Amino acid sequence: MIQVDCPFCGKRNLTEFTYGGEAHIARPENIAEISDAEFARYLFTRKNPKGTHQERWNHAMGCRRWFNAVRHTVTDQFWATYKVGETAPLPPAGWDGVLSKSEFEATTETGAK
Amino acid sequence: MAQVNRVTGKGRVNRSKPVSFTFNGKSYQGYEGDTLASALLANNVKLLGRSFKYHRPRGVYTAGSDEPSGLVQLETGAYTEPNTRATMIELYEGLSAASQNCWPSVRWDVGEVNNLGSRLIPSGFYYKTFMWPASWWESVYEKAIRHSAGLGKCPEENDPDVYEHRHVHCDVLVVGMGPAGLSAALNAGRSGARVIVLDENAEAGGSLLTTGEDIDSKPADQWIADTLAELDAMEEVTVLTRTTASAYYDHNYITAPERVTNHFGPRQQGVRERFWKIRAAQVVLATGAHERPPVFAENDRPGIMMASALRTYVNQYGVLPGKQVVIFTNNNSAYAAAIDAKDAGAEVTIVDTRPSPSGPAFEAAKAKGIHIDEGYGIVATKGKHGVKGCEIAPLSNDGRSVSGKSILIPCDAIGVSAGWNPSVHMWSQARGKVAWDPAVACFKPDFCQQKVRAAGSCNGTFDLAGCLAEGAEAGVAAARDAGFDGIAKAPVAAAEEAFDLRPIYYVPSRRPVGEGKKAFHDHQNDVTAADIHLAHREGFISVEHLKRYTTTGMATDQGKMSNVNALAIMADLRGDTIPGVGTTTFRPPYTPTTFGAMAGQSAGELFHFTQKTPMWDWHAANGAVMEAMGDYLRPLAYARPGESTKAAENREVKMVRQSVGVYDASTLGKIDVRGPDATQFLNLVYTNAWDKLKVGRAKYGFMLNERGMVYDDGVTTKLGENHYHMTTTTGNAAAVLAWLEDWLQVEWPDLDVHLTNVAEQWAVCSLAGPNARKVLEKLTSLDVSAGAFPFMTMKEGKVAGVDARILRVSFTGESSFEINVPARYGQYVWEQIMEAGREFDIIPFGTEALHILRAERGFVVVGQDTDGTVTPMDLGMGWIVSKNKGDFIGKRGFDAPEVARGGRKQLVGLLTDKRDYVIPHGSHLVEMATQAPPVKTVGWVCSTYWSETLGRSIALALVEDGRARIGQSLTVRNINGDAEKVTLTDPVFYDAKGERAHA
Ligand SMILES: [Zn+2]
Repeated sequence: MIQVDCPFCGKRNLTEFTYGGEAHIARPENIAEISDAEFARYLFTRKNPKGTHQERWNHAMGCRRWFNAVRHTVTDQFWATYKVGETAPLPPAGWDGVLSKSEFEATTETGAK
Repeated sequence: MAQVNRVTGKGRVNRSKPVSFTFNGKSYQGYEGDTLASALLANNVKLLGRSFKYHRPRGVYTAGSDEPSGLVQLETGAYTEPNTRATMIELYEGLSAASQNCWPSVRWDVGEVNNLGSRLIPSGFYYKTFMWPASWWESVYEKAIRHSAGLGKCPEENDPDVYEHRHVHCDVLVVGMGPAGLSAALNAGRSGARVIVLDENAEAGGSLLTTGEDIDSKPADQWIADTLAELDAMEEVTVLTRTTASAYYDHNYITAPERVTNHFGPRQQGVRERFWKIRAAQVVLATGAHERPPVFAENDRPGIMMASALRTYVNQYGVLPGKQVVIFTNNNSAYAAAIDAKDAGAEVTIVDTRPSPSGPAFEAAKAKGIHIDEGYGIVATKGKHGVKGCEIAPLSNDGRSVSGKSILIPCDAIGVSAGWNPSVHMWSQARGKVAWDPAVACFKPDFCQQKVRAAGSCNGTFDLAGCLAEGAEAGVAAARDAGFDGIAKAPVAAAEEAFDLRPIYYVPSRRPVGEGKKAFHDHQNDVTAADIHLAHREGFISVEHLKRYTTTGMATDQGKMSNVNALAIMADLRGDTIPGVGTTTFRPPYTPTTFGAMAGQSAGELFHFTQKTPMWDWHAANGAVMEAMGDYLRPLAYARPGESTKAAENREVKMVRQSVGVYDASTLGKIDVRGPDATQFLNLVYTNAWDKLKVGRAKYGFMLNERGMVYDDGVTTKLGENHYHMTTTTGNAAAVLAWLEDWLQVEWPDLDVHLTNVAEQWAVCSLAGPNARKVLEKLTSLDVSAGAFPFMTMKEGKVAGVDARILRVSFTGESSFEINVPARYGQYVWEQIMEAGREFDIIPFGTEALHILRAERGFVVVGQDTDGTVTPMDLGMGWIVSKNKGDFIGKRGFDAPEVARGGRKQLVGLLTDKRDYVIPHGSHLVEMATQAPPVKTVGWVCSTYWSETLGRSIALALVEDGRARIGQSLTVRNINGDAEKVTLTDPVFYDAKGERAHA
């Protein structure tokens, strides 16, 4: 079972959370005016990447807060979790989804990887 | 002497503690420290059961958890456990076990005929033989197969034992307490890290218990004892024996069932098994290796076992499985078994497939006077219920054929070895990759993304000194990565000679594969080398197809013994390498795990909590028939003695229409909405406008999803300028709250609104019927007359002396008062209402009566009359969508082509031509019953009841262009052949003007 690091509560088991899909899909300000194609994109079109993914989580069985996360969809390693409104802390392009953020930064500093 | 195979002066069993047990009804004795397998072997009982498919006699093949064939039915009645491995059952006084898959007895088994007719049941025979006729599958074939093939029998009673879960965190988890694991635990523990070290066996030590090698210049026993003493003294170290790491999940989450009292036998006090759920920062796997058997003709007779297992029986249990022992090997590691068997008094012959073995072990065996047949293979074995001899023949140089004269060796035990397979199961479960190492001919751990290390023979390091060194390094490295510093200090052991293994997987005999005697690679599922050849001939050459077609490795032993041999035989057929054929991914659990352990305390009443309203006790005492809704159990109806549920529902409907009833509406979702922007928020989440609502007034609203489809509904009351009490449907209560929070926290964080879940703070008594007001008047001093208390308003005051909010809403169509009181007064107020209503013959009514009453009035139930594809306009409720206000969730969805198009399904009423025909729920509506299939469905029935009020059947349905079809006929066409005519009507069947609710 994966662990999710709630920015308000800390690391908890997956069973406390619900998943909310891709993050940073803002509701169009001019939703009444947008075309059907744009509306469909807002509703249905998702990146579904193999690799780094920004996504939403809700600590449903905890603080009930919604927050965002950067997760590698192959390894399930989280790069970071962050609060709504904060800038996404994205990993560098070379991140393989295996090392945690601190491990990755430690190895790149020493030039080991 | 009964224990004829017991060797004096050998073994770790306690000879001062004899233990009595029965097997197949016969009494035997063993000693404390025996397993069932060692005790049976001590008594020269080698035939344990019959095999899965061919009913061949089988015995134990190993001395550990990889056992494929020594499976027994342990104990009886509620305590019985099927397929237990005799090698893992510790002997206890009074133990009773029996053979499996044999009838009438293990020695005279009728199913043995399957062996003779085995040509008729090759691999894939299920798929080929039982194709026709299809109707025979369940009635004939499946029963016959289940009777003749199979393992043990499930208990038929509830498990009377107690199980528990324990959740723990640690810095370093060490799996296995062989030399590598103990060395790892010691080194990790010394760093101060919190360490859990566990082993599936009763005693720590692993292979040392068999080999007895010196470590740190101490005998193995002493070193193990000293190591355990040091670990025990470390405050942060937990040592668990009889605990199997069974599953390795993401983020280093490992589950491990501990057998707490199993080894004392059934009917123990306290917990039988404890299921550990461990979150480890770092993991060291020291899970050891399994010896790999060669695949040769008739390699399954009782008495044939792994060479290392034979050695374990001699050294750990003081049992010599035979007087005339043959060791059949392709490497040096099995020579120790030959020497120890010789020392224990056996006559020993070594059959070595290598043309000219050499080295210290070879010399030592020769010096002991052990005869060695070099370059030979076993081509057949003899014996009915146990091995009596073997036929050996010289192997060709390439090992692919035999030539020359056979020699017959009489023997009553054969120890076999074709190398070693590291136990990479947990590594593989952790999503780790494995890589083939041709030097030692096995798969070894390669890359793994998790925080895990492998050490010792599970890492392909087979010498003791290497295991100890790797364990120490892994222990220190794991602790360091978890934040604890230490310096690796490896225990010291003498150097050993290498295996010098000459790979051989299938040992040829005089006839081609498939024409001679059976050569098993999977002993538990009865799969032979010939089956792999068949799979290859039929094109099932990928590893995943091979596995499923032949069932190799799919038994309870997970292919611990069989997988690599199967891959090797397929690789040979394909002209490929073993890694070229591939590997299969191991899945949890590592060994069979009892359901009891997995369930833990979550059984019976504790399986899942039941939500109860404050009036639960009253309902239960008054004949309530309960139905589940979400986590709630709520009254469906209140049946009187001798009254059917259906009759109760009809009586309840009638009484509400005639006089008065009370309904427990406490299960509704309730959300307290507060803040300066509360009204603006309601405008965004509901379709109607909330700006003009006055304090003390209420409004019914629809919530839509962004696609414009109805998501939830409920009544919201304005309590103050910036304060509302919102209700939601029962089943959707938690989801709606999370959904509203989503909008507030993520999309509109600038809105100053707070949501509080008050669902369980309020008990709700919904009083309904023409006499509802009269009942309420007896309980309150408030003016509740129609003039002073109009429909859709709220009053606060005392009801039965309790502070209450009374709301005039109606879901029944009758004059109604929804009395909200603090939850703790719920049952009191309910009882006062029943008392006050006595003179009006008040009745409690359940959800079914409520649903019938609302259907008569044409009110929809979201989730029953809607399915996520229905707009308010589809329901004929366009009036609820404000045309004047700005944006709200779902508004844009109305403009989507799918919603704007014609021909959408619309809510209509249905009246059956036969008044008493109640349409089954979910029935489909078609134009004409006579059409030949495929018949187009034009709609479906979403609510359907017997209306006691109207004395006829009524229904609501969603029908294409339904409103335009009102007055027309359609046909209900059901799977059971029913074809009944219905007429489409307005969905309101009763009191179309709504006068009764306003009265
Ligand atoms: Zn939280």
